[in-house]
Amino acid sequence: MSAREDILSNIRRSLGVNGREAPRVSAVQERLRSAPRGVMPARGQVSGAERVALFRAEAERVAASVAEVAQPQDIVSEAARYLREHNLPATLRMGADARLAELDWSDTAIEVTHGPSAGDDLNGLSHAFGAIAETGTLAMTSGPGNPTTLNFLPDNHIVVLREADLVGDAESLWDRLRAAYGKAAAPRTVNLITGPSRSGDIEQQIVLGAHGPRRLHIIILRD
Amino acid sequence: MTIHTTSPAFKQNAHNALADKQLQQALGNVRAGFIDKRTQAAERLPEFEALRDSAHDIKTHVLAHLDLYLEHYETKVREAGGHVHFARTAEEACATIVEICKAQGARTVTKGKSMVSEEIGLNAAIEAAGMEAIETDLGEYIIQLRGEAPSHIIAPAVHLTKEQVEQDFRRIHTHLSPDRDLTQAESLLTEARMVLRKRFLEADVGVTGANFLVAETGTSIIVTNEGNGDLTQTLPRVHIVVASIEKIVPTLEDAAQILRVLGRSATGQDMSVYTTLSTGPRRPEDVDGPQAYHVVLVDNGRSAMLGTEFEEMLRCIRCGACMNHCPVYHAVGGHAYGWVYPGPMGAVLSPSLLGVDKAGHLPNASTFCGRCESVCPVRIPLPKLMRHWREREYERHLAPAVYRYGLSFWAFFARRPWLYKFATGLAMPALGFLGRKTGRFARLPLASGWTDHRDMPAPQGKTFQAQWRERGGKTR
Repeated sequence: MSAREDILSNIRRSLGVNGREAPRVSAVQERLRSAPRGVMPARGQVSGAERVALFRAEAERVAASVAEVAQPQDIVSEAARYLREHNLPATLRMGADARLAELDWSDTAIEVTHGPSAGDDLNGLSHAFGAIAETGTLAMTSGPGNPTTLNFLPDNHIVVLREADLVGDAESLWDRLRAAYGKAAAPRTVNLITGPSRSGDIEQQIVLGAHGPRRLHIIILRD
Repeated sequence: MTIHTTSPAFKQNAHNALADKQLQQALGNVRAGFIDKRTQAAERLPEFEALRDSAHDIKTHVLAHLDLYLEHYETKVREAGGHVHFARTAEEACATIVEICKAQGARTVTKGKSMVSEEIGLNAAIEAAGMEAIETDLGEYIIQLRGEAPSHIIAPAVHLTKEQVEQDFRRIHTHLSPDRDLTQAESLLTEARMVLRKRFLEADVGVTGANFLVAETGTSIIVTNEGNGDLTQTLPRVHIVVASIEKIVPTLEDAAQILRVLGRSATGQDMSVYTTLSTGPRRPEDVDGPQAYHVVLVDNGRSAMLGTEFEEMLRCIRCGACMNHCPVYHAVGGHAYGWVYPGPMGAVLSPSLLGVDKAGHLPNASTFCGRCESVCPVRIPLPKLMRHWREREYERHLAPAVYRYGLSFWAFFARRPWLYKFATGLAMPALGFLGRKTGRFARLPLASGWTDHRDMPAPQGKTFQAQWRERGGKTR
């Protein structure tokens, strides 16, 4: 017998089932179809300005920095200000995201390059798919628009988030993912990012900047 | 399979650990760090206890339908272009992974932190096949340099001080300036980041574990703080996920429920920094990511635990809260347990996976204080399960003779209440009288196992039953 059949039949023997019992099969199919939500913390159940404020407070709590801008073009000046303020080189690596492509960088000294990261980019710019206010978490989806390597290899990661894409909880984010990618389908990678990378592996002391970005800056484009 | 375990020598290991000054200093960090952080995170979320119930219910539902969810998960991974392999044993799992690596002509394999890979001895198998396995989690990297096993399931190097890590980095990273400053955790982390960045970029295969396997979408999820797991799975040509079969959850909603208790229970974080969902290999339009995606599903004794009293152990989500709150773990650390899973969860799981003959001592390494169960996010009754193992150890005559005779001796009296009352009625006043000066005994005949390490409190002079009667308690 193959390992697969062996394991499945062991499980069935232990559970005392044959795998074809109708109530079990329908219980599983129903759960997969309806994907019931469980306990929903009240914290994330807010909307509008309150939701933005919650996201901001939670993101700052985990050592991300957050700025809010009113116009798409303000993203450019905010990114430039951020790089200047932290004494970082005027460079940005970004993917082919259509919303980022509309930005005009000609008024700044920033040298913009496009494509995934090969590990030598100091600053990356990405556009979030969405975000979760409950925990201050960004959601990034893979693809040519926002290559996954940009989320991890640059030292400094700047992420643009549209207020309209901000939801209260993870469950609402799953709904948005299903709407965008189809039921029971998913993009290759979804990165949920809550603050810059860190490690507590040496004497339980938390140090920022482990293998991912040392800094995470979030620019919220208000509606 | 050659499992390297010193679990049979638990008693000696524990003695050595208690005498190890450096270890005792490092273990202070466990006591100080984890407990308060978890308490604060739990208190910040009013729904935390309800979420523990929810997580418990999800895991119980999955275990009762595990065969069906596994089949669905497998179908969805294949639909997304991934490969699924089943492995009955540790050897099969290692052989499968080594074969995939060899087919790629791999020379180096980076690894994200994975306890099941420790369980199956994957690094040794990769090295034996002539390839290099590189641990990339900071703690795992440190213990790999030292040739050690992890001493904690989420903080593998928690038994070390930063001075020890500095010595290891100076010993191994000889290409770096000997004058560099490595006195702080920051400088040590920066050095590891720099050294490992190169290894990430040149690796041929990346192996990660999984915190969840989502049946609905065929997605594997890893939860990390450093970002090493993501570089491990994004940069090489091939991503291999190795996970045990009970990691399945039905839907993303179920994963979201358990995520809310996982980070809080483990490190006191509401969310760990990186929660990454992976579904299949690179898509045609993608500009990065692995070209092949494999999942190796490991049984290694778990299907046999289903339907037994130890089934509840399969709810474990490997947060480490039980060991963080365990007075025995605090005293001896993780290595004394002799295998990859320490603390209360290890004391229950290791006998299931290794056999009670090898790991039978571990369920005895408990004061039955119950703190582990009180913090377990999926409410595993760990003390009860340890008791089950003690019973089995006793039934199989694996317990030491003195212990067995002692129990029989006690049972003889306990079954004869008049004799018990008579004997204790003589003994308690006598002991109370002898110990009246200090209120404790530094030495007692036949009890050196206790009094060598702590005093025995002297009885107050009357038996419990006598005091019970005096206070008007009912007797039969």
